Amino acid sequence: MYSEKVMEHFSNPRNVGEIEDADGVGTVGNPVCGDLMTIYIKVKDNIIEDIKFKTFGCGAAIATSSMVTEMAMGKTIEEALKISRNDVANELEGLPPVKMHCSNLAADALKAAIDDYKKKLTAKE
Amino acid sequence: MIYMDHSATSPVDIEVLNAMEPYFVDSYGNASTLYSLGREARRAMESSREKVASIIGANTDEIIFTSGGTESDNIAIKGIVYRFRRRGNNIITSNIEHPAVDETCKYLEKNGFEVTYLPVGKDGIVNTSDLEDAISDKTILITIMHANNEIGTIQPIREIGEIARENKIYFHTDAVQSVGKIPVNVEELNVDMLSLSAHKLYGPKGIGALYIKKGVNVEPIIHGGGHEKGIRPGTENVAGIVGLGKACEIAENNLEEEAQYLTTMRDELIRRVLSEIDESYLNGHPTKRLPNNINFRFTGIEGESLVLHLDSKNIASSTGSACSSKKLEASHVLMALGLEEVQAHGSLRLTLGKENKVEDINYVVESIKDAVDTLRKMSPLWCQAEV
Repeated sequence: MYSEKVMEHFSNPRNVGEIEDADGVGTVGNPVCGDLMTIYIKVKDNIIEDIKFKTFGCGAAIATSSMVTEMAMGKTIEEALKISRNDVANELEGLPPVKMHCSNLAADALKAAIDDYKKKLTAKE
Repeated sequence: MIYMDHSATSPVDIEVLNAMEPYFVDSYGNASTLYSLGREARRAMESSREKVASIIGANTDEIIFTSGGTESDNIAIKGIVYRFRRRGNNIITSNIEHPAVDETCKYLEKNGFEVTYLPVGKDGIVNTSDLEDAISDKTILITIMHANNEIGTIQPIREIGEIARENKIYFHTDAVQSVGKIPVNVEELNVDMLSLSAHKLYGPKGIGALYIKKGVNVEPIIHGGGHEKGIRPGTENVAGIVGLGKACEIAENNLEEEAQYLTTMRDELIRRVLSEIDESYLNGHPTKRLPNNINFRFTGIEGESLVLHLDSKNIASSTGSACSSKKLEASHVLMALGLEEVQAHGSLRLTLGKENKVEDINYVVESIKDAVDTLRKMSPLWCQAEV
């Protein structure tokens, strides 16, 4: 039911972990539904220079988390904000329909992390 | 591969396959015909009926062949309530039934029947006093499974049957998971109807049986050429029936020995996992469970990921029932035990079979440890648990 790309990211997830002095942290999902993910970003000169994730969830939840970190790494904040749920699913060569809604939360987590970064930036100014 | 998902299905025993083989090409006759080819098929079918009757202590004329557990459950439940709806409209069941019973009851609820879902305790077992309280003069059927497909807990069917008899209420049990694993005797269990399936006991898929006690009349739910006393019309699946019979015969002959073997492996696997993995728990009753059923839960991780990791280590397992793997909701069985959703999502079911080896246990335990460890390292929930 999962594409080879999903299984590859699930088996060898990229950028797992936390960033202790992260510039932005975003958590989305609900363990009640079986998915919860946190994304940490480190930003320098408006570019995401490091990104890590921690995820509780199914194969799709873990693979999308891994994929979104790979997609966002090295991108500007504006570019990263453009990454949609569909982009993540497409990069993974598709997700089973039942997983498209519930477990495809990684793009949302990235947005939440960027929002957090922007909020912190405003507070500093 | 180490296959530990026998409650989903089991491999066909080679002896079963050999017994079935002649009924495809050589003895292909329609069992309802008069010539010798047909009579041959009929004889094979009737000999099979004896074997199926024998494993559950029934008479041969009390066995109806069906396409499997789901159909048996449907015929039993709808067959009784349609026939006796003038007497009342209440059905009593449990809240941990297999979808074949649960969805049938939900369908009947939409069609004028009222269904009482009995709760289970933390151990997954129905309390018979709850049943006594639930019975009313409108109750026409009680349907409660013998052994649960996810957590393997065994219900007090004999006591439930006694209560049903005293109250003159029909009683059906789904014994798909228990037949061939533990002793099942319809007389001792006081049941009026019992469903069983071949593919859970090393027989082929697509064939099962329904025991209907002599004198109990069900309304047919499909109509046709009068086969199987008109209760399940349709040209008989002779090869499948022969396979079911052979599977029952083998299971009956090896029942005690196999149950002992599976129980030893089960308990060793449980003991090692619970002692070697932090915050690991066993779902369901520790001893009142099927000899081959193990259902764990691990804090901080999700079951599907665990199943996928074990698959990459060539171990076939499941999160709950095979049917639920397409749904995203937490298992209704685990929720019925009073678990939180996040706990219920972290379950792993291993159901053992006779071809599993004691020597495999170490590899399986080490693989589970490894997979749990990997998933916990990337889980935001496990960090919180550690703090």
